[in-house]
Amino acid sequence: MINLLVVSDLMPVPRDLELPLPLGEFELKIFLVLLFLVHILFVNLMLGGSVFSVIFEIIGLKFPRYDTLARRLAETITVNKSLAVVLGVGPLLCINLVYTLHFYSANALTGYAWIQIVPLVIVAFLASYLHKYTWERWTGPRKRLHVTVGISAAFLFLCIPFLFLSNINLMLFPEQWRQVSGFFSSLRVGNVFPRYFHFITASLALTGLFALAWLSRKKYPVENKLPGFSRPEIRRLFYRLAYYMTLAQLVFGPLLLFTLPYRGVTGLLFIVILSGVATALIVLLMLRAEIKATDDKIGRRLIPICILLTLVVLAMGTGRHIYREACLAEHKVLIADATARFRAIETATRMRLEAGLGAGDAIETGPTGEKVFENCAACHALNRVLAAPPLTEVAAIYKDDPDGIVAWTKNPGKKRPQFAPMPSFAHLGDVRLKMVAEYILEITSEVNPGE
Amino acid sequence: MFFLDFAGNRILMAVIASLHVIINHPFAVGAYPLVTLMEWWGHKTGQPDWDRLAYKITFVLFIITTTVGALTGVGIWLSAALIAPFGIGSLLRIFFWAWFTEWLIFVAEVVLIMVYFLTWKRWAEGFMKKVHIGVGVTLSVFSWLTMVIIVAILGFMMGSGTWPDQRTLFSALANPLYLPQLAFRTTFALITAGLLAWFTLFFFTDTGSEFRRRAVRFVSGWILVWSVPFAAASLWYWNVVPVIMQANVNVALLTMRFALWYETLAQLMAAAVIFIALTALIGILRPKVIPGLFLIIPFVLGIWLLGHFERVREFIRKPYVVADYMYSNGVRVSELPVLQRDGILPYSTYVHHRTVTSDNLVEAGRDVFIITCSRCHTTAGINGVVKKFTDLYGQEPLDSNTLRLFMKTMHNSRTFMPPFPGNDKELEALAAYIKKLQDDYEPIFNAQTDWTIKADTAGSMP
Repeated sequence: MINLLVVSDLMPVPRDLELPLPLGEFELKIFLVLLFLVHILFVNLMLGGSVFSVIFEIIGLKFPRYDTLARRLAETITVNKSLAVVLGVGPLLCINLVYTLHFYSANALTGYAWIQIVPLVIVAFLASYLHKYTWERWTGPRKRLHVTVGISAAFLFLCIPFLFLSNINLMLFPEQWRQVSGFFSSLRVGNVFPRYFHFITASLALTGLFALAWLSRKKYPVENKLPGFSRPEIRRLFYRLAYYMTLAQLVFGPLLLFTLPYRGVTGLLFIVILSGVATALIVLLMLRAEIKATDDKIGRRLIPICILLTLVVLAMGTGRHIYREACLAEHKVLIADATARFRAIETATRMRLEAGLGAGDAIETGPTGEKVFENCAACHALNRVLAAPPLTEVAAIYKDDPDGIVAWTKNPGKKRPQFAPMPSFAHLGDVRLKMVAEYILEITSEVNPGE
Repeated sequence: MFFLDFAGNRILMAVIASLHVIINHPFAVGAYPLVTLMEWWGHKTGQPDWDRLAYKITFVLFIITTTVGALTGVGIWLSAALIAPFGIGSLLRIFFWAWFTEWLIFVAEVVLIMVYFLTWKRWAEGFMKKVHIGVGVTLSVFSWLTMVIIVAILGFMMGSGTWPDQRTLFSALANPLYLPQLAFRTTFALITAGLLAWFTLFFFTDTGSEFRRRAVRFVSGWILVWSVPFAAASLWYWNVVPVIMQANVNVALLTMRFALWYETLAQLMAAAVIFIALTALIGILRPKVIPGLFLIIPFVLGIWLLGHFERVREFIRKPYVVADYMYSNGVRVSELPVLQRDGILPYSTYVHHRTVTSDNLVEAGRDVFIITCSRCHTTAGINGVVKKFTDLYGQEPLDSNTLRLFMKTMHNSRTFMPPFPGNDKELEALAAYIKKLQDDYEPIFNAQTDWTIKADTAGSMP
């Protein structure tokens, strides 16, 4: 049989699943991009919150007012992290559906590390709860322990993105799947590291704006909750953080873009990304203006900043998607092709079977006693012991009584302690069982038991 | 393919999924109604002790469910994708809308548990307290609804009802095991939540206090009240299972062994239930008598019972992962004739060899093993193939011809096994490989550790 599905030498081409998608591919992709962005927003806030909180806590060892600020930030992490997880399931469902083969292949190639997500995130979450709920109790000599817990949580949050990034990066480059064995080698594919730094800086910038909005909102009693700070001070502090982090993206952004593997970079990608960058520059200018604003005016531009930033995020998310599609375009054609060819073979074979022609070469039509006996031959041999008595012994008991054999095979008992009990073969049907019974008696009659 | 050489892939799934169930049933579905009831009772009778207790228990629930509970839930997705990508991928295409709805409810559940716990102290008076209790009630309903949906899918895996013909979401949901299993799990969750609360009482109330006595009595009452519907639901489920089981597994031997095991299990379970009920009764009549640590026993018993139900459930679905559509090893029923005629290697993506020759018999056999057997079996670890055969044929060197004969027809003699999805040449290779494993064990590397796979495959494609 010639192999009809010659696989490309360069990349593995798996076959697609047979069942149709439950929803149009386009709709699913819209779902995927939007749901993913919502998910990643909370991941950003969880990660950034954790990092800032522990940094402020360390500063707070010298300047106590920062300790309270760190604590207020830590209180938000446990909420944001719960939302991050639960909102991650939606995009996970979508990516499983739309990129089934690519995602699962990348999962399998980095499996040991991939599954560590579960215990690592659990530990990181428990550590942030511990950090949050021991703030008042672990003071004095135990403060160092408390800071350590905070650092551990932040460190875990900083490591875990690698596990995700390596997967969604690896799935884009099927031509490299053969070169990858395990998590660490997958980090060499594509441009994981620029993506990572881009992501971390974005997290810190967004967290700056979130903390600003949350901790200086109108109803929030800043003087009570954050002694030592005034509302404008809080605003200026977090505006600064957001500003410098966004400024840093001017380095990481181009780094990411120019280290992208060539295949997948298209004109459309550039247009979308550059319009995002242009909007981000406007945001930068507005942030600068806010930092320089007077106490009574600071904070006025927050809503337009957030709106523009949403546009930036949408542009970047769309850009990512365009790149992914362009990367996988060729491979998807190959998959569709391989799937269609296999499906054609499958259908042709089924039609042959339905027409009573047999599947072809290897499958025979119509049972014979000899053929049915294959079901028995693994345990019963003619005149030696396999896993059950030899046929000569069977024949001695059921001489001229094929129906007796049929009855036994349908409802076997257990006679001999040295063998495993025989299973019932009633599901083969009386006709076949009778055939095999006669076959057994026939072949044993040719053997002389005395020999 | 992902593969755990010693423990077997099944273990990974079993650990994550069991942990999830152990958290989900007592800590979420069953516990939210219980704490809400306590809160309401405290509010109604003006006893702040109840409120404090409910708050403390909710703190435990909050921490556990939003960490271990949530992540093991996601972990089931991740591990299923590693172990049975074709199976979970297909299930997802059938049940997308069910899972999507469940996800929305799940989001609401997480938001509600955060609101419920984090506003407890702020919404403490008058109207806001009523709102807070309302949040508790809504939370209870939502967390139960997630169970309502998931159990439908679990039921589907055990018996697909009319789905193979109709192929619609509804036909898949309306499977015969659904309602009994749902009733069983719901009442079971309510009881184990009581067991959990019992246990935590001894940390959260003062020893010898009047309130502890009342709390023990209250929780005991809760357990006793739910015992009656639980017993009824168990009987119902109990009686439906063997019917489905017999429909799927028509082998007298298995049914015999199963029946025996089933009966013993039934007796043990009955004993466990009676023990729990008796403890509850003592709790009501003589709340003082019960020592704190003693209460961990009924809790562990409850978990043990649940574990057995999960085992039976997993066994019934075999040899399929999607009933009558896809076998446990990811082979579809309808592609079987092609694979048995042409072989599975030519159609596989990640293999070293695409044709079996006399030179590569053992190596091609290993490829076949990884594709067709390794979803459930290891070589020499848990559920290892070599042991399966030496159990049957004894310790002497295995005969590869006998192995071949056995595997060719094993779906008839062991009806929980799928038919071998390859041609005779591949069967011969597999037999040679297994025989070699018996003489000379070597570990299998998987896609992540196999540094050789790329070298071989890249060069030797047909």
